[in-house]
Amino acid sequence: METLTQEKLAEKFQAKIDADIKIEPNDWMPDTYRKTLIRQISQHAHSEIVGMLPEGNWITRAPSLRRKAVLLAKVQDEAGHGLYLYSATETLGISREETIDDLHSGKVKYSSIFNYPTLSWADMGAIGWLVDGAAIMNQVALCRTSYGPYARAMVKICKEESFHQRQGYEIMTTLMNGTEAQREMAQDALNRFWWPALMMFGPSDAESKHTEQSMRWRIKRFTNDELRQSFVDATVPQAELIGLKIPDPNLKWNEAKGHYDFGAIDWDEFWQVVNGNGPCNKERIEARVKAKEEGAWVREAAMAYAKKHKS
Amino acid sequence: MSTNEWPLWEVFIRSKQGLNHKHVGSLRAPDSAMALQNARDVYTRRSEGISIWVVQSALITASDPSDSEAYFEPADSKVYRHPTFYDLPDGIEHM
Repeated sequence: METLTQEKLAEKFQAKIDADIKIEPNDWMPDTYRKTLIRQISQHAHSEIVGMLPEGNWITRAPSLRRKAVLLAKVQDEAGHGLYLYSATETLGISREETIDDLHSGKVKYSSIFNYPTLSWADMGAIGWLVDGAAIMNQVALCRTSYGPYARAMVKICKEESFHQRQGYEIMTTLMNGTEAQREMAQDALNRFWWPALMMFGPSDAESKHTEQSMRWRIKRFTNDELRQSFVDATVPQAELIGLKIPDPNLKWNEAKGHYDFGAIDWDEFWQVVNGNGPCNKERIEARVKAKEEGAWVREAAMAYAKKHKS
Repeated sequence: MSTNEWPLWEVFIRSKQGLNHKHVGSLRAPDSAMALQNARDVYTRRSEGISIWVVQSALITASDPSDSEAYFEPADSKVYRHPTFYDLPDGIEHM
């Protein structure tokens, strides 16, 4: 059999991607494709896991049994989504432990939105509606990503997440139909989460260093700005319908473009939070490290038990 | 990789009576009992299954993607293995 040169392999690889043929774990892939995917998928997995913390904060204080059951189910889903994605990361040849240690050391990031605190019950509404809404925007596009295990995980996640956004919007709707204080609480949550939610899509296309290559590899199917615009267009009418006001004086419908124009994002804040200086960065990582360290004896005991009982 | 890392398991689920078990993903667990338990929690939160198989990933023998031409191409040229290859006279509608 003729041995293929790296160049030939790379050519065949790109041809497969161009023909929308999925790449599977044992297929040849360029090193940079593998590395980029490890970064992207593990970052996504970490976001699911860290994302459990701000919502977990309200489980014991949910206002009714119905809301508590829903919130528990949602947080449990996030754990499941983290696990699907850690498995997908592992198919690229990095161990789960290394992946998790990279989160704890700060080498790999997670979505910066989870570095904001959840101060009131309305934040559960804002997070479900806006944060899961923004995540779904991104994830629906990723169902068609070129790497098979990632695409399959995304399909499952999207199916499960559709309730997450609805339950959040339902919380906001209920509050907006409530007392003056409840309406204020909902508006305050929107005021705090609107801009961070827009930042979830990442830097603007002009600043995004990975976009071009990632689009060519089809591990990204739309640019950050395209997804952000879709999110604004979809969300503004939802806010208006229930009487919430988007905290952006420059927001207005642009008839010619068929899109909303919106104000400038404070990218300094974005980079501050990404680089570790958000309100809760330290707390979030500490919680994860503590979970790993304090759970170590349980994992070791389970392994020792399994070894002992192996025939 | 630390030697104490839990082994990897592949998870197969039968979604309903009459269908095959189908691969749905993988997970880590120390032994088969916990692999089953975890599979239930991770892969069947919405009634996706009525039966689960778990198999240690290390026990699976897989074909090599670089052999796929030698393995699978010979079947591509044998169109006579499909019913549509054959001509039927007019008047025969179902065969």
